[in-house]
Amino acid sequence: MREELIVSGRMNPHIDPQLQIWEWHIPAYLFLGGLAAGILFFAGYFFIKGKSEEYPTAVKLAPIITPVLIVLGLVFLFLDLKHKLYFWRLYTAIKLESPMSWGAWTLMFIMPLSGIWAALNIESLFPKWDWKFDFVKNAIKWLRNYQKPIAWAMMILSVILGIYTGILLSAFNARPLWNTSILGPLFLVSGMSTGAAAIIILSKSKKERHTFAQIDLLLIAIELFLIVHMFMGFRASSQVQIDASEMFLGGDFTAPFWVFVVGLGLVIPAALEVMEMRNKKVPYMVAPALVLMGGLLFRFIMAYAGQMSRWLY
Amino acid sequence: MRYAMAVDTKKCVGCSDCVVACQTENDVPIGYCRDWIVEVTDGTYPQLELEHRSERCNHCENSPCVRCCPTGASHYSDGGIVMVTKNKCIGCGACIASCPYDARYTHPKGYVDKCTFCIHRVQKGQQPACVAVCPTKCMYFGDLDDPNSDVSKVIKKRKYKTLIPEAGTKPQLYFLI
Ligand code: SF4
Ligand code: SF4
Repeated sequence: MREELIVSGRMNPHIDPQLQIWEWHIPAYLFLGGLAAGILFFAGYFFIKGKSEEYPTAVKLAPIITPVLIVLGLVFLFLDLKHKLYFWRLYTAIKLESPMSWGAWTLMFIMPLSGIWAALNIESLFPKWDWKFDFVKNAIKWLRNYQKPIAWAMMILSVILGIYTGILLSAFNARPLWNTSILGPLFLVSGMSTGAAAIIILSKSKKERHTFAQIDLLLIAIELFLIVHMFMGFRASSQVQIDASEMFLGGDFTAPFWVFVVGLGLVIPAALEVMEMRNKKVPYMVAPALVLMGGLLFRFIMAYAGQMSRWLY
Repeated sequence: MRYAMAVDTKKCVGCSDCVVACQTENDVPIGYCRDWIVEVTDGTYPQLELEHRSERCNHCENSPCVRCCPTGASHYSDGGIVMVTKNKCIGCGACIASCPYDARYTHPKGYVDKCTFCIHRVQKGQQPACVAVCPTKCMYFGDLDDPNSDVSKVIKKRKYKTLIPEAGTKPQLYFLI
């Protein structure tokens, strides 16, 4: 038997008895980032494919909310900072080894792009829209010449943003649950799936909903595969990662994870989408709403559980 | 120059003098500490083994905390001492999450704080406060690049271990066993 105790009574707030440095802000920020990334990816992709008229929600309507999502995400990140007055220091350094740094920079680039994209499309959605000032009108006219490169930049940056939401966590070797490179692709796919779900909810065209239900189904399948893969990796890894996976295989997070994230957030929406494709009568809002809920919960569970996993010495 | 510290687990009695000395020397806010004592009991009665460790930031040579800091606030200073520049730190907590030893905390003023190896004393040629105050003289501090420093000499003579070397951080706190 071996017992290790801190006998001098260390009780540093948020560190002891167990790390709790990140609360709701970071998982909410990761969710919003992933959602925005998903929407912008589809907008860029279908625009480049020349399908703007076929998929107007994906290309025009849904991206209008992304500047709001990104700004809200940054507000959450800001709220999480403990030394807020020095926030600007994030933008006086570029540190490629620090995901927090290049993630903040990615957001800095994708935020104006998403705003430009929204501005380019707002007139076709609201015919009565008037920019009032001539210089704005001219600027938009000028930007319209570059809509294709903008779409490309948006698509590439959205993939970086989506992956970043996972890498932010996976870069921490100190937290065995996070320390798996699967987390990057997993969060990217999950973010794209929530993006597709948001498009389904906003869409009024049956055909568009149908296409995105198919896309979502594929993404959910990949996500399930990656989740299984992640746990297989943990089981075959070092003791600390085996311990980390125990939290989900019998430990405290078993029920919330498998019932709510995997069951309600992935398997049931997938089943509903299959039923809808076979023309069974199901309210189309249910599946995407569950996907969004599952995506949000997934990030919360990963953020909290990850902080509970640690090295023992 | 490579500053390092060695702690003799056979001499340490767990009196916590080093903890109090650090709190006083560095004006550590009440309720916080930069160093702490771990007591390890191994085996079952009556075959028991006891180990006391005075722990703190390991001033790792490959520090995840320096790597993940987005602003460069966490950095290597003289002799590899890992320091935090207060007015560069945004309090994002990335470094706290990245430290496998949980050696950091957020100061009530918002920036991240931790052991500095008493760099302000070391630069004047003094010992860190914890080392200087230890009643059993169980701690050794100095430059590993200098074969005649206290820490180099004791590490050469004795068996030692570091904490979770498998985390790849290259810790510079040596525990003599
Ligand atoms: S012990 Fe922790 S805080 Fe200190 S240098 Fe290593 S990783 Fe950084
Ligand atoms: S909390 Fe401060 S020192 Fe730590 S990573 Fe963030 S900016 Fe760097």
